[in-house]
Amino acid sequence: MSKTTDSSSQNERFSSSGESPETDWVRFYLQMLRIRMFEEQVNELYTSARMPGLAHLYIGQEAVAVGVCEALRNDDYITSTHRGHGHCLAKGGSIDLMFAELLGKEAGYCRGKGGSMHIADQQKGNLGANAIVGGSTGIATGAALSAQMRKTDQVSVCFFGEGALGQGLLYEVMNMASIWKLPVIYVCENNMYNEYTHFRETTAGEIKARPEAFGIPAEVGDGQNVRAVYAAASRAVERARQGLGPYFLQFDTYRYHGHYVGDVDRAYYRSKQEEREWITKRDPLQLHATWLVEEGLAKRDDLEKMRTRIEAEISAGVEFATQTPFPDASEVGENVYS
Amino acid sequence: MYTVETREITFAEAIREALAEEMRRDSSVFIIGEDVAEAGTPFKVLLGLAQEFGVGRVIDTPISEPGFTGIAVGAAMTGMRPVVDIMFGDFITLTMDQMVNQAAKIHYMSGGRFKVPMVMRTTLGATRRSAAQHSQSLHALFSHIPGLKVVLPSTPYDAKGLLKSAIRDDNPVAFFEDKMMFRVKGPVPAEDYTIPLGVADIKRTGTDITLVGTSSMVQVALAAADRLAESGISAEVVDPRTTYPLDKTALIESAKKTSRAIVIDEGYNRYGVTAEIASVIAEGAFYYLDAPVLRMGAMDVPIPFSPALEDLTVPTPESVFRAATALCGRN
Repeated sequence: MSKTTDSSSQNERFSSSGESPETDWVRFYLQMLRIRMFEEQVNELYTSARMPGLAHLYIGQEAVAVGVCEALRNDDYITSTHRGHGHCLAKGGSIDLMFAELLGKEAGYCRGKGGSMHIADQQKGNLGANAIVGGSTGIATGAALSAQMRKTDQVSVCFFGEGALGQGLLYEVMNMASIWKLPVIYVCENNMYNEYTHFRETTAGEIKARPEAFGIPAEVGDGQNVRAVYAAASRAVERARQGLGPYFLQFDTYRYHGHYVGDVDRAYYRSKQEEREWITKRDPLQLHATWLVEEGLAKRDDLEKMRTRIEAEISAGVEFATQTPFPDASEVGENVYS
Repeated sequence: MYTVETREITFAEAIREALAEEMRRDSSVFIIGEDVAEAGTPFKVLLGLAQEFGVGRVIDTPISEPGFTGIAVGAAMTGMRPVVDIMFGDFITLTMDQMVNQAAKIHYMSGGRFKVPMVMRTTLGATRRSAAQHSQSLHALFSHIPGLKVVLPSTPYDAKGLLKSAIRDDNPVAFFEDKMMFRVKGPVPAEDYTIPLGVADIKRTGTDITLVGTSSMVQVALAAADRLAESGISAEVVDPRTTYPLDKTALIESAKKTSRAIVIDEGYNRYGVTAEIASVIAEGAFYYLDAPVLRMGAMDVPIPFSPALEDLTVPTPESVFRAATALCGRN
């Protein structure tokens, strides 16, 4: 099989300024803001009953998706989760096609057949969000085996929440990834809650000790610091690309909203005080914005102006998704088999 | 159908040839499973493949059926054509999430954008004294799931032609091999051929009753047909060869012709392949039938160990003969 030719970095295609600094840190902010505002719009669509089904918002965790995906090439693979909108956008997904999918429209990423929890984007190497917790760990590892067998230098990133640590599949595939030195990076987003249960009640020992038991190097990082995420992901990606095998990254983070949009009464599993602490002191966008301004890389005004630009993108996306038609009834039996 | 080049080879050799030929033809085909490489599996079906293709394409795994099945799904989505080896059909239960929630649904959930061209080879069949966890015929479980195809070869010829089609298919295909049949010989052409999935085969023509047999039960049906002939009853034996896609037309046409039908399959009788096929015949041939369609599956018990008990659980030529004569009003 031939090596894929599409290896342009995501940076080249989504530059925020047109300039080309070593690392476009302003672009990192733009990408996080895009996810934040996309999810705010999803919340709005959902609570105004314009979006069917379930919505699991990524707000609060933006630095993980952006920091990791900025370290990837367009032809690298990711697998995502039920909380997957952020991963899809960070990998270069289209706002229009995402909204169309969320509304169940024919023009959506999956022709309306997947919805929020199954968005996949073949053009960008997004092998799909998965509504089985831990369900995509095999797929991500298999994509890495495929890259190794095809002798490309693609890497595969497996995003999952700390809830997936309870699933045996993860341990089976980490074992094989280590034995076979597969180019796969396991990214555990520890937002601390398996749905409505604190992870300390469900998780024995230390998270990091799990991959280490398989001989997989592991790091624990601050998931609210996009530069730290990027630095750790870059180390993992470089190592995987060189054929040195898998890597495990644990990023501690926080989801500001409930497990899903309707989960509003959360006092029984976490305090308002805790939520306030994370939102006011550890917000990934605020932290990065402050750093950009302090380093002289951006002005507050410029960062604010980004909002206007993204608002336009988002309203255009919602408008497109609202106007575009639902799939025809004849579609229901299509694509069952190839 | 057969040329001068036709040889007699075993069922296992037919499987091995299909794999070897497809691996030579297409570099994206590879085998993954437990003890598939040097060991060639406990049934020795894959002997020699690791020598020819190397352990990079005949990949030994840990004992992790869900893990390597999931890995195969990911590889299939990204340009490869894995052939997964699940040693005993009983172990497919371990792979259910990867097969049912992932492999079967990815094409549909992605609006047709991703394909999962993979084959899961596994076994079925009792009477090997292997007890309840190594003897089941669980193909009905996968046959239930939209997005999966299910193949049940009953001869070396069918095994080779159907496996080649399964490997070339762009969908996940479960391929069940009767482990009692691996050493059975039959004619197989030397030249390349395939058998399309979804086309039944009339294994014997007859006029009085249709015996629909699958996999291991085809030989049982043929043996029963021999005995029925001695009693003056002409039995037609139809082998659907795949439970999905299912060749409904062939089943219905045969039943219309003979006016009676028995469906024989080694899976559990209740909610099983026998029920589905019997219902297809009843719906499609109702006005032509002179008797209710009978179902003969495995007894609805966990397969027992003791030979004295195990042999009672599976249809035999004798039990099929008795049922057929009764159905034809010739007790």
